[in-house]
Amino acid sequence: MRDTVDPTPTDWNSRAMQKRIRARYRAEKRFKFYGLFAVLLSAGFLAFLLVTMISNGARGFTQTQIAVPVNFAASDLFLESSSLEGDGAAQALAGADFEGLVEEAAREAYGADGEDLVSPAAWLKVREAVSDDPELLNGEQTFWLQASTALDFASRGEVKGRQAQRPERQAMMARYERLEDADRVRRSLSQNFLVNSDSSDPTQIGIWGALKGSLLTMIVTLAIAFPIGVLSAVYLEEYAPRNRWTDMIEVSINNLAAVPSIIFGLLGLAVFLNTFHLPRSAPIVGGLTLALMTMPVIVIAGRNAIKSVPPSIRDAAYGVGASPVQVLSHHVLPLSLPGILTGTIIGMSRALGETAPLLLIGMRAFVVEPPDGFTDPATVLPVQIFLWSDELDPGFVEKTSAAIITLLAFLLAMNAIAIWLRNRYEQRW
Amino acid sequence: MPFFILFLLIAGLAVIGWVAARGRALQLSRVHDRRPHSLPGHHGSYVALWLALPALMFLTVWSAVSPGLVEQSVLASPAAEMLPEAGIQRTAILSEAGALADGTMAAAFNEEAEALVPAFREANAFYRTIGIAATLVLAFAGGAFAFLRVRPDFRARNRVERVVMWALLIASLIAILTTVGIVASLLFETIRFFERVSIVEFLFGTDWSPKSATFGGDEGSFGAIPLFWGTVLIGAIIAMIVAIPLGLLSAIYLTQYAHPKVRTVMKPVLEILAGVPTVVYGYFAALTVAPAIRDFAVNYLGVTSASSESALAAGVVMGVMIIPFVSSMADDSLAAVPGAMRDGSLAMGATHSETIKRVLVPAALPGIVGGVLLAVSRAIGETMIVVMAAGLAANMTANPFESVTTVTVQIVQLLTGDQEFNSSKTLAAFALGLVLFIVTLLLNVVALSVVKRFREAYE
Amino acid sequence: MTQTALTQIAEKRNAVEVDTPKMTARNVDVFYGAAQAIDDVSIDIGMENVTAFIGPSGCGKSTFLRCLNRMNDTIPIARVTGDIRLDGKDVYDSSMDVVQLRARVGMVFQKPNPFPKSIFENVAYGARIHGLASSKAEMDEIVERSLKRAGLWDEVKDRLPDSGTALSGGQQQRLCIARAIAVDPEVILMDEPCSALDPIATAKIEELIHELRGRYAIVIVTHNMQQAARVSQRTAFFHLGTLVEYGDTSELFTNPHEERTKDYITGRYG
Repeated sequence: MRDTVDPTPTDWNSRAMQKRIRARYRAEKRFKFYGLFAVLLSAGFLAFLLVTMISNGARGFTQTQIAVPVNFAASDLFLESSSLEGDGAAQALAGADFEGLVEEAAREAYGADGEDLVSPAAWLKVREAVSDDPELLNGEQTFWLQASTALDFASRGEVKGRQAQRPERQAMMARYERLEDADRVRRSLSQNFLVNSDSSDPTQIGIWGALKGSLLTMIVTLAIAFPIGVLSAVYLEEYAPRNRWTDMIEVSINNLAAVPSIIFGLLGLAVFLNTFHLPRSAPIVGGLTLALMTMPVIVIAGRNAIKSVPPSIRDAAYGVGASPVQVLSHHVLPLSLPGILTGTIIGMSRALGETAPLLLIGMRAFVVEPPDGFTDPATVLPVQIFLWSDELDPGFVEKTSAAIITLLAFLLAMNAIAIWLRNRYEQRW
Repeated sequence: MPFFILFLLIAGLAVIGWVAARGRALQLSRVHDRRPHSLPGHHGSYVALWLALPALMFLTVWSAVSPGLVEQSVLASPAAEMLPEAGIQRTAILSEAGALADGTMAAAFNEEAEALVPAFREANAFYRTIGIAATLVLAFAGGAFAFLRVRPDFRARNRVERVVMWALLIASLIAILTTVGIVASLLFETIRFFERVSIVEFLFGTDWSPKSATFGGDEGSFGAIPLFWGTVLIGAIIAMIVAIPLGLLSAIYLTQYAHPKVRTVMKPVLEILAGVPTVVYGYFAALTVAPAIRDFAVNYLGVTSASSESALAAGVVMGVMIIPFVSSMADDSLAAVPGAMRDGSLAMGATHSETIKRVLVPAALPGIVGGVLLAVSRAIGETMIVVMAAGLAANMTANPFESVTTVTVQIVQLLTGDQEFNSSKTLAAFALGLVLFIVTLLLNVVALSVVKRFREAYE
Repeated sequence: MTQTALTQIAEKRNAVEVDTPKMTARNVDVFYGAAQAIDDVSIDIGMENVTAFIGPSGCGKSTFLRCLNRMNDTIPIARVTGDIRLDGKDVYDSSMDVVQLRARVGMVFQKPNPFPKSIFENVAYGARIHGLASSKAEMDEIVERSLKRAGLWDEVKDRLPDSGTALSGGQQQRLCIARAIAVDPEVILMDEPCSALDPIATAKIEELIHELRGRYAIVIVTHNMQQAARVSQRTAFFHLGTLVEYGDTSELFTNPHEERTKDYITGRYG
């Protein structure tokens, strides 16, 4: 069996071998560098995305304001402080031309085109102030009013883009600088953004309507997907007999989890809207559609959590004479709950960020009033982002980014809770 | 709203029933002084179930049926005689009257509606009373029936558990129902689409220009090949060129080289990439990446045809979104390779990278390929990035700087805006959806079976 | 290494029955984190002998074996102190290249671990990474020679392109031995190579160890005392991380000096 030739021993110190070794170590270093580069590139992309959004969006939470002195006493408002007491107050306020008053005041302060510097909706704030304190009508008062889109855009300074090169804008920018030097403009935190809803004027838009729509939709989604998801996970993992039916359920669930979300939109359109005639654009339909999408995620997470409860626990419970449902409710479910909840939160956060299926069931409508119930027309935060991103007015850019920051903050919070739950409660057996 | 209040009422009754039955069972067990078959709580649940389930089922059915009954009785009323015979006018008046009666509307457009309001109110009140009464009767009857059966030897636990089992089974059937719903709704509309447009034209035609046909005129052409090509170009080619190397190398670095502390930080960071909503990626692609790519192409590469809605922008951003998918699948697959392989190679004097390239990656390859297939299926079904960053023009071009369109973009495009549901345009969206569904399904099935077989090989 | 040293190696290989230490270990300690796994072990490994490490499980014999080709480097928390030399050169010295060290000190593991490649590629693997073959013919020769030495050639010569994982357990282990031999090592470490095999396959491996003896310095870890008695000339008994006794196999099994050794080989514990 011994072979014929005995080879000469390898000379590890030969020049060729040393050279080869060095080349191999260089390849090792290079490879390691590629890996590091890939990780840093991916993380860098995330950082770039976040930085872009935050730098664009931080301004979305603020607004440019301009100082407008309003002389009520000298105005032709035909409104007395005395008429604002008692029953006729609302009527008197509604009848007064505050819009004209503010325009006039702006013209007086900033010249003939002064009204172009003030947002068309700014007079609402003046009326509100008067309603709160009728005494204002007897004197003069300087209001910090929201600036117009043009002035607001000018306040951003030099930016790229076609809009930015227009002469009007250049002039407006020069004007903004002058106003700034005179302390007549300032930037302050905008309350509008959190309490208003959609509008065609970017200085007036807010995300409250979309947030409320998201909340209602998520309630429907959770109320349907969570119980069904947990129950089917329990059934499949604990009780299902191994037969063709169970296999079909399993295959369905695994595939549903990977079906593109837009297909669920088509399902919602065909079934909920066209067959059951549920209202279009409503949180109930959006919630149902997203529930069907989220359920498989919960089922899969739930099954994994239940699977990780060791059989010895079940054996112990059966051993003392517990019934199957008792074993489940006393032992298996409590032990697997953290895992189920983690999966649920992850599924819900995915549903919260979902856009495409909701476009198909009409949740892209222009909704000015926040929805009051599950059947009112509504939109959700991601769809709102999509709608604003389509707008041409440059004022929408920062608002869109601000809405994105809000959405990301919600998602981050949900994921943080999920991670915390997992680390806090999940047991390793 | 009455539905909701009634629901709460029944729930409350069920709780009372539970407490009462539990108390009775406790009392009986004390009187008879022997161990009852079931715990008092089981008797409670038994009564609560009997009390709530039939009543709630009836309530659900009733709230579905009663609007029809209300309408019928309104139509039978004398006020309904002056309604127009049929058509849109008739339904509009009816629904308006209904809304007026509910108070959801303050004033009517059609005066006839006002006349119907009393009839509506009357019918509403009548059927609501019947509904509430019947529900409550059912609840009490069920509760009483169950309560009378509370005895020490009554096997309440078994009955309750049987109900639980049924609930579990029904819940798990929802998944099948959803699948069937998807397939049925897609198929049904697609078949109607193919009655109008030939399947051959759809699958092999190269001209995509659907038009809104008013009055049955020209509906445009529905050759979907350009869409398929655009989808493949963006999702399966450009996105994968970005995602596969970055995802694979990241996974290798994090599992094989990185310090454990670096790994615990960087892994979640990469996972965040998967958690960012697609609409955010889409906005980012449209706002930042696409203009940058266009400027680069025009200024440095001299591609004057470069579009601001380029396939490249959408594909690159989609690739970034897919990185964590590829990397986590690769991570799992590499982890599934037994440590003995790695030791064996290192013990031969292989360097770490040689071990990875020649042993670990080849051994993990089936799992990695499965992961890539899943990633492709995810990429071609992705909607928002392409809707926002890719174009609408159905081009057949391999130039990544030009604009292409995808299946998902066209689905959204065809189904938005106000159009009637039965036009070829809307039906085409379902046909595209069916194609997308079948392709992603195949990819998933193949990928999952590859991964499964791979896992089994090392178990 | 100088030319004379090389000729010395060649001479040593032909010299039989001369106990020249191929590897020496002095005062070796191994720590896993804070726990000490090996405590002050000193031992010489002879070129001509098969050396067996025996002892109850968890006694550190495998840990010590893995120090000899620095496989413990792959465990981040492991720390090795002391002095281990191969041909008089410190293997833990910074000038010692770990890749070359492992090529010279090959290893066979407890469970057969062929790569999921063809039989041919399994054996060719080491030669490829170290660049030992300059042509296809040379590679074929290396593979054939290694498989012949591992006693596997006749069984697999007609199916070299088949997957290495398709072989039986015993064949897989001999394939792993062939794989180790193909880089032409000077020392072969075997970590319980038969523990996952059936008796017939075990007998074949033991026979193979006999065949290979003298060409390579062989160290075998085993929990099976009969196996140690059958295949080795020198035996080291480890207990609780320390080397209790080291000597000629026949001597150690018939006339142990230490009480603990005696207790172990008579089956009092282990």
